[in-house]
Amino acid sequence: MGFAAFGAAAALMLTACGGDGGEGGGGGGNGASFDQGSTEIVNPSDATGGTLRYAISSNMESTDPGNTYYGYVWNFSRYYARTLLTYAAAPGQAGTELVPDLAAEMPEVNDDGTEWTVKLQEGLKYEDGSEIVAEDVKYAIARSNFGDQALPNGPKYFQQLLDEDDYDGPYGGDDPLEGFDAIETPDDHTLVFHLKEPFADFLYVLAQPQTAPVPADADKGEQYQSRVVSSGPYKFEDDYTPGNGLVLVRNEEWDPDTDPIRTALPDRITVEEGVDQNEIDQRLVNGELDVDLAGTGLGPAMKGQLVGDEDARNNLDNPTTGAHFYVNINTKVEPLDNLACRQAVQYAVGREGIQRAYGGDLGGQIATQVLPPDIPGADPELDLYEAASGKPNADKAKEKLEECGHPDGFDVNIGVRSDRPAEVDAVEAIQQSLAEVGINAQVKGYPSDTYTNTQAGSPDFVAENKLGLTYYGWMADWPSGYGYMSSILDGDAIKEAGNSNISELDDPEINKLFDEVISVEDPEEQARIYAEIDRLVMENAAILPGVFQKSVIYRPDNLTNVFFNPSWHMYDYMTLGTTETE
Amino acid sequence: MTAPLDAPESAQHAEPEAIARGRRDTESRSLTQIAWRRLRQDRVALGGGAFVALLILVAVFAPLLTAWFGHPPNQFHQDLIDPATQGVLKDPDDPWSGIDPTGGMSAEHLLGLEPVNGRDLFSRIVYGARISLLVAFLSTLLCVVIGTVLGIVAGYLGGWVDTVISRAMDIFLAFPLLLFAIALAGVIPDDAFGLSDNALRIAVLVFIIGFFSWPYIGRIVRGQTLSLREREFVEAARSMGAGTGYILFREILPNLVAPILVYATLLIPTNILFEAALSFLGVGVNPPTPTWGGMLSESLAYYTVAPHFVIIPGLAIFVTVLAFNLFGDGLRDAFDPRSSD
Repeated sequence: MGFAAFGAAAALMLTACGGDGGEGGGGGGNGASFDQGSTEIVNPSDATGGTLRYAISSNMESTDPGNTYYGYVWNFSRYYARTLLTYAAAPGQAGTELVPDLAAEMPEVNDDGTEWTVKLQEGLKYEDGSEIVAEDVKYAIARSNFGDQALPNGPKYFQQLLDEDDYDGPYGGDDPLEGFDAIETPDDHTLVFHLKEPFADFLYVLAQPQTAPVPADADKGEQYQSRVVSSGPYKFEDDYTPGNGLVLVRNEEWDPDTDPIRTALPDRITVEEGVDQNEIDQRLVNGELDVDLAGTGLGPAMKGQLVGDEDARNNLDNPTTGAHFYVNINTKVEPLDNLACRQAVQYAVGREGIQRAYGGDLGGQIATQVLPPDIPGADPELDLYEAASGKPNADKAKEKLEECGHPDGFDVNIGVRSDRPAEVDAVEAIQQSLAEVGINAQVKGYPSDTYTNTQAGSPDFVAENKLGLTYYGWMADWPSGYGYMSSILDGDAIKEAGNSNISELDDPEINKLFDEVISVEDPEEQARIYAEIDRLVMENAAILPGVFQKSVIYRPDNLTNVFFNPSWHMYDYMTLGTTETE
Repeated sequence: MTAPLDAPESAQHAEPEAIARGRRDTESRSLTQIAWRRLRQDRVALGGGAFVALLILVAVFAPLLTAWFGHPPNQFHQDLIDPATQGVLKDPDDPWSGIDPTGGMSAEHLLGLEPVNGRDLFSRIVYGARISLLVAFLSTLLCVVIGTVLGIVAGYLGGWVDTVISRAMDIFLAFPLLLFAIALAGVIPDDAFGLSDNALRIAVLVFIIGFFSWPYIGRIVRGQTLSLREREFVEAARSMGAGTGYILFREILPNLVAPILVYATLLIPTNILFEAALSFLGVGVNPPTPTWGGMLSESLAYYTVAPHFVIIPGLAIFVTVLAFNLFGDGLRDAFDPRSSD
């Protein structure tokens, strides 16, 4: 009997070990497990060589680091564009820390917080051997922020923060930097930034791709993206034309000793553009592609196939992307200008329907407040409308409807990006929930490339078309409460076009807190203030939190040094290598 | 030429008395009656026609049908859906039971369920028929009206009028319709011309499809008019002092009814496909209103998880288009057998 028990135990142990038989070319062949990449560096290696193959379902937004607002370009462009600072190459919280990249050390600030000094490393070179100097960084910031011809795509934080009123940008007269006094370059390796007011998060702004140096005589404005002069470990092999893909080869002038985060393992990097999402997913699984450049994970078809398969799950990572998908409840469109009507909407919508649109627990966490979980100050316990269960609260909703004078409900329009299937599914679920209490929501679909700028992003359009509700997704420009909330909730951030504060929330108390927090240096005090803002916004019922999105990313076996970096909301591309070195 | 061997005796001799007495075995038949007779013998065309009639009934009685055999088309049944894969669960009580390969087809849900939200596919197909047929018929009507008027005028008057209208036809045929439709859809206001929401969007669809495809009918009508205007009855009418308008609409038009009818019937399936393509691209009615093209577009992201969702709307479009084409071909053969191949 003892012998049989031993035999049985031995058999169990053997099957447990032999489970990763590698059948079908997948299934955790290198011993990794489900979601390991969210917390650890998977398949660490320093083997060089091979070609790293990326693909994306559209064209790249841009290859020019000065003209982009998409996270994947901010991440990818670091192959050829080094910035003043960057995020540490580490998974988890450690990945939100800033480290110097072009800078010799972390910048210093003066006593009243209005002057930041950055010293560049000496002897850094572009791909053509010429030296990288401070003026090139100043020029890069000028071309992406100032004047009528400033490159349009990226954010304009420098323009908002720097103490500069007259400068019209570098594309006007003979001397491109004439009059741009808010950034001083006392010598070739020093930059001094003069701010209008103290801004505690300024270091995050210095990590943005707009600080990648651009030599003024190589600049071609919006056409610069055809050949970006490289300051990183790789350079363009040929000119880039949108739609034709991109090939990067090694830049011999890059010195690895000066670079804290890039491993530069592959010999070549290729990007294919315009590949159908289903095809990208299929080729990832077949081993014909290494990375989906967009970084948002598998489409539903492949996801549906893999999540039920025990072996295949070992190649999946399921991180929280840091994106929050929610509904803006506009505070000006009737009858939502009445607080009780907004609260009725909060109680009526069952979050489970929204979560289902993203694929259940694998697709997202139900959100009950604004700040995503990895931002300091986020309090997941804050749940003013009992939404955590995911079920709607029809009774409370009806009470609120009585209170606001519409006991039988009311009509409202809800805007959505019609080419985003998950968002349309979520809005249809919201429509169903609202119908249960008599709120009749009409769905209005708009194309996603103009939605954020011209439709939802225009208060006039919202008013004319009575878009009381708009479905929206938002990701932090940097991992802090200000980086997440200022554009969407500060009354001062309301703009006529490209507006992100779509609820048009203009609460004096909230505005005051935003003004206060940026001069606070203590991170704990900052977190407390952000938590307070979050609570006030929920009391105002200006945002209906939906889900904190999670992505399901496929991790091929041949990728080395793979991990999810929360600052980039996807794999950190600078550390990746491939074991296929043929 | 030799006489047929088994010719009846009566055929060999003429019987003047019979003719004088006015034997009336043969009656003159109108073109319509001849055509109808030919059509009745064409089984394939009749099959197509029967399906078209059935489809129209289904569309008209959609609310009844869904009440008896299905569920409200926009109602969610998410308890039957697997949250992780978003497909239909084999066993609704067991969240780990895996995906049902038939997509949830059962007595309750005749054609299964949509993924993600679990809406009844049968009801959505039935209601989708309404949009497809409505848009196709109305746009064809618009196209026929414009095409007939302009075609007759061009064919009859000739000269510079004909030149202008024919060049207009060339321009309209060359127009990048799909691009225009997509662009227009982005700027449609919330309400205009007294219509709003889906009614307005359907009107815009009808306008886009109908207004730009008039040259198809226009060319046919113009060609027929060109040949008709040389005929004696037109000359006779003219010599009796009939005005142009009278000749166009009382003499020529009635003779065009047959070809117009045939080509209109053949145009409907083209317009059905057009509407499906526009819905597929997101130009069209707003969610959650079902359209066949829209459902096809949504299905592609879930093709591994819910293959029935790809097949069924596609099949609906295919069979409908086929039926109209077969019926239209049959009509054309019935009116003018020489015009085929």
